[in-house]
Amino acid sequence: MAAPNNIAKLVTMANQIATFFATQPGTTQAAEVAGHLKAFWEPRMLQALYAHVDAGGEGLSPLVLKAVERLRQPVA
Amino acid sequence: MKDFIIPGLDGAPLFSDRDYGTPARRSQTMVTLTIDGQSVTVPEGTSVMRAANTAGVTVPKLCATDSMEAWGSCRLCLVEIEGRRGTPASCTTPVAEGMVVHTQTDKIRRLRQGVMELYVSDFPEQTILGAANRDNKLQEMAAAVGLKQVRYAAPEGTKLANHVEAADAEGNANPRWLAQDVSNPYFAYDPAQCIVCNLCVRACDDVQGTFALTIEGRGFESRMSPGMAGDDYLSSDCVSCGACVQVCPTGALLEKSVIELGTPSHSIVTTCAYCGVGCQFEAEMQGETVVRMTPWKHGKANHGHSCVKGRFAWGYTTHKDRILNPMIRESITDPWREVSWDEAITYAATRLRDLQGRHGTKAIGGITSSRCTNEETYLVQKMIRAVFGNNNTDTCARVCHSPTGYGLGRAFGTSAGTQDFDSVEHTDVVIVMGANPTDAHPVFASRLKQRLRKGAKLIVIDPRRIDLVRSPHIKAAHHLALKPGTNVAVVTSLAHVVVTEGLFDEAFIRERCDWDEFQHYAEFVADPRHSPEATEALTGVPAAELRAAARLFATGGNGSIYYGLGVTEHSQGSTTVMGIANLAMLTGNIGRPGVGVNPLRGQNNVQGSCDMGSFPHELPGYRHVSQDATRDVFEKLWGTVLDKEPGLRINNMLDAAVEGTFRGLYVQGEDILQSDPDTRHVAAGLAAMDCVIVQDLFLNETANYAHVFLPGSTFLEKDGTFTNAERRINRVRKVMTPKNGYADWEVTQLLANAMGAGWTYTHPAQVMDEIAATTPTFAGVSFDLIDEKGSVQWPCNELHPEGTPIMHVDGFVRGKGRFIVTEYVATDEKTGPRFPLLLTTGRILSQYNVGAQTRRTSNMVWHDQDVLEIHPHDAEVRGIKDGDRVRLASRSGETSLRAFVTDRVSPAGGLHHLPPSGHAGQRRHHRLLGLGDQLPGIQGDGGAGAPLQRPDRLAGGLHQPGRAISSHRDGRGVTCP
Repeated sequence: MAAPNNIAKLVTMANQIATFFATQPGTTQAAEVAGHLKAFWEPRMLQALYAHVDAGGEGLSPLVLKAVERLRQPVA
Repeated sequence: MKDFIIPGLDGAPLFSDRDYGTPARRSQTMVTLTIDGQSVTVPEGTSVMRAANTAGVTVPKLCATDSMEAWGSCRLCLVEIEGRRGTPASCTTPVAEGMVVHTQTDKIRRLRQGVMELYVSDFPEQTILGAANRDNKLQEMAAAVGLKQVRYAAPEGTKLANHVEAADAEGNANPRWLAQDVSNPYFAYDPAQCIVCNLCVRACDDVQGTFALTIEGRGFESRMSPGMAGDDYLSSDCVSCGACVQVCPTGALLEKSVIELGTPSHSIVTTCAYCGVGCQFEAEMQGETVVRMTPWKHGKANHGHSCVKGRFAWGYTTHKDRILNPMIRESITDPWREVSWDEAITYAATRLRDLQGRHGTKAIGGITSSRCTNEETYLVQKMIRAVFGNNNTDTCARVCHSPTGYGLGRAFGTSAGTQDFDSVEHTDVVIVMGANPTDAHPVFASRLKQRLRKGAKLIVIDPRRIDLVRSPHIKAAHHLALKPGTNVAVVTSLAHVVVTEGLFDEAFIRERCDWDEFQHYAEFVADPRHSPEATEALTGVPAAELRAAARLFATGGNGSIYYGLGVTEHSQGSTTVMGIANLAMLTGNIGRPGVGVNPLRGQNNVQGSCDMGSFPHELPGYRHVSQDATRDVFEKLWGTVLDKEPGLRINNMLDAAVEGTFRGLYVQGEDILQSDPDTRHVAAGLAAMDCVIVQDLFLNETANYAHVFLPGSTFLEKDGTFTNAERRINRVRKVMTPKNGYADWEVTQLLANAMGAGWTYTHPAQVMDEIAATTPTFAGVSFDLIDEKGSVQWPCNELHPEGTPIMHVDGFVRGKGRFIVTEYVATDEKTGPRFPLLLTTGRILSQYNVGAQTRRTSNMVWHDQDVLEIHPHDAEVRGIKDGDRVRLASRSGETSLRAFVTDRVSPAGGLHHLPPSGHAGQRRHHRLLGLGDQLPGIQGDGGAGAPLQRPDRLAGGLHQPGRAISSHRDGRGVTCP
C-alpha cells in the first residue's frame, strides 16, 4: 500500500494525463488514458492507483476513473 | 598527426589538414583553369588560391584561411596571371575559364621576399629564429619564400621604430611597445608578435559573431585590441571561444598550455563531452598529456569552431578532486573505506543480489547517464533488464528529453529533431523558443548568427531578453516575451493566426498530413479564444506583435524552429512540443534544408542515452517493452527472459524506496540529488535504500547517500560514441589511460559479471555491433563506418546506408503527419501575496549545468557564484541593490543568492543562474523547483510551499508554481562524461 503522500502524487499524475487527453477530439479519451497508464506506469503504481480507487478514489478525475475501469476489465 | 587518414576523391585525403585558403563555393557551374601547368576544374566563384590548393599547389599565405572569406591583406599570395597586369592576390581573385596562373616566378619570389622582409623587420628576432618559436606560420612562410636576410637598418645614431623592444639600449621606454596580455586564463596575447593581419578580428566577427576585437590606430600605429581602450581580454566582450587563437599565424595569440608544455606531438580526433552540439576536437597530445584541444575542421556539427568549454575547460579531467580508488561503507553514516576494485564490485554485487533475494527481483534498478557513451548507456540498461531482471532503468534525460520524444513521436513518428545543423544555412525565418543558444549551445549560436547576419529573420519566444534578441549586428524581428508557463497558449495562438488568416500550406498538409485531423485541429485553433487578442492578458505578449511574428513565420520562406529546456521542462512540455510540430506542418516547414523542428539538447548524449533504451518502458530504438517481437530479439541474443511491464522511473523509484519496496540503485554518471527536482524527495528516497552505488568522477552529492563509490572515467579515457542533437553519432576516442583504471563501460561489465552476466566485451565497437544487430534505426552503424565518414546520423540502415541528415523528406516516419489539439491548461498554482514572484532558471556560457566540471577549471574567472537576476522595479520595492545577498523562499524551499539587477528579466520575474559554487548550489535551487510533465512522466511536485521568508532585504518570497514556470530550467548534475 502506497504511503499517503505517494497516493497524492499518483492522483496528481493521473489527473494531469487525463487533462491532456480530455482535450483531444473524439470519443476515445478514456481508452487513451488507460493506454497511457498501461504503457508508462509500473505495475506497483497501477496497483496503488487501483487500491486508491477501491478506497473511494478521492481526488481522481472522472476520466481517470473510467480509464481505471477499462484497465481492470479482464482481457477478452 | 591523425589517428586515421582516409583517402578521398581526387587523391586528396578526405580528412586532410590542408587549409584551402578560402571557403568552398557551391555553384553548379564549373570553371577550368591551369595553375603551374596543371589543369584544375572548380565551381565558379572559387578563388585562385583555393583552386591552386585543389590542384595540390600550395600558395604562401598569412591572412587567409578556408573558414573565412578572403581579406587580401598579407600580400604573400600574389600570383601572375597570363594576360593580366600586375600580381593579384590569389585569395581575392576569382577563377575564370581558361585562366593560366603561375604561382612561382622570379618576380613573385622577389615580391614575397620583400613582403616577408618587412614583416620580419618588426618581429621579435628571437621568436622568428629561436627555439621559443611555437606554432609560428611566419617562420614557415619565411622559409617558404626563401627569406635570407633583413636589410632594414637605422641610420647611425638612430633606431628603427618598432613594436618589439620594450626599451632601447639606454633604457628609454618604447612608446609603441605593449606588454603581453595574460588576463585570459587560457591564452596569452603578445602584441610584439602581432603582424596586424586581421585574422583574429575577422574570426571574432565572422565565425564567432561576438565582435569583441578590433584594429585600433592607422598605418604603422595600427594594433589589434580587445574591446575598448583600456580593456584587456578578460574585461572585453571576448567569450574565449578560441577562434582568434586558432587562426593567429604568428603565435601572438597562443594557448598558455602550449607556452608551458611546448608543441604537441600527435593528435586524436574526439568529441566534446559538454553540450548537445557535439563539436569534434583534435586532442593534441604529448604522450598521455593533453596540450590543447583544437576544434576539428571536419567536425560536421562545428566545422572547426568551438566554445570556451570544449576548447579550454578540460582541466577537470586531471583535477585533484577526482576519486581514483573504489570505496565502500556499510552505512551512509560510516566513513568511506578505500578498497580494491575486486572487493568493491563483489561487495556491490552481493548486496544487490541479497536485496533481490529478500525483497524481490524488482527491488533494485539503475540510472544511465546522458554524459556517458552510447555503448556505456546500452550496457547499463542491458544489465538492468537482463541481469537485474527488471525494467527499472531511467535517465536524467527523463526531464529534458522525454517531452520531445513523446511529442515528436506522436506527431511525426520519431523521437528526435528533424534536421542537421547545416540546415541553418538555408533558413529564412528562425523561431528560437525557450532556448538561449549563445550561452547553452554557443557553437550552434555562432552558426545561427552567421545566417542572421546574412539576412534571415529571427523570432525569439522567451520571457527573458536573451542575448540573441539584441547583440552586435543581430536584432530579433520579434521578441515575444511571454509570461512563464504560457508556452502552449502562445504556440496555439501563433497557429490561430496562421489558420484564420489563411496562411497555412494546404498543399503540404493535404499531401503529407492526416486531413481529418487537420480539420479538427483547424477548428480548434480558429476558435476566437485562441486569438492573440484573447490570449494577450494571459501570456503578456502584445497581440499585434504575435500576429506579426506568425505572419513572418508563415510567409518568410524557409521557417525553422529551435527550442530548448524552456519548452520541455514544463508541466505542458509535451503539449508545447506537439504545438511546435503543428506549426511546422501547418506552414509546410518539414522535410528539406532550412526548415524543421530542432530540439537543442542540453547534454552531449541526451539523444543517445534515450536512443539506447534508458527509459523504463522502452528498449533501444524507442520500442515498447510490451512488444513481443522486440523483446524476442533481445531475449534470443541475451539468453534471458525480459520483463514485459514498464519499470519504475527515477521519481517512482524514490517513492517506492520510501515505501520500502525499492532498496538498491546503481547510478552511473549522474548526480540525481543535485539535478532532479525536489531535493527533499530525492534525499528521502536515497536515504531509504540499502545499497546505493554511485559511479562518478567526483564525490558528488548523491554519493552522500551511497554505500559503494566506483570511480568514473572521463571522455578522454574511453572509446565510444556520443549522439548529438542532430542525431549525429560521433566517435569518442581514448587519448589516455583511465586514471581510475577502467573506462565506465568496463566498470559496468565488472558489476554485471559479478552478478553472473558472463559478458566478454573487449572494446566498445563490439557493443555498437550489438546495438546495430538489434536496433533497426542503427542497423548500418559501426565504428568502421563512423571512422570512414567522420560521423553518421541515424537512421542508418539499408534504406539510408550513409545516415539521414534530414528526416521526413518524402513522408513522415509514422505515415501521415498528425495534428494534435494543444489546449492550454493553466498552472495549478498562481502568484499571490505570499509568493509574488516567478523564478526561472538559466544558463551561462562559462559554466556547465551544476558546474561539477567547469568549476574545477579556470572558467571560474568568468562566473564564480550563483546570481539572481531581478528586475529593477522588483528590486527597488524590496530595497534590493545590485550585488546584495538576498534570501528567497518558495513553497518548496528556500535559498540565498547574490542579486543582479537587470531589466532583461520581466517585472515580477526573477532569473536564477547556475551555481558554479557547486555542492549546495544546485541543490538549493532544486529545493525551490519541482516541475514536471506527466505525459512522458516527469516528476510532478507536491507543491507544498514554504512560508514566505522575510530576511533583512527581501520583502517578497519566490513563487514556484510547481509545474509551469520555468523557461530556463536547467539542471543536470552529472559529472561522468
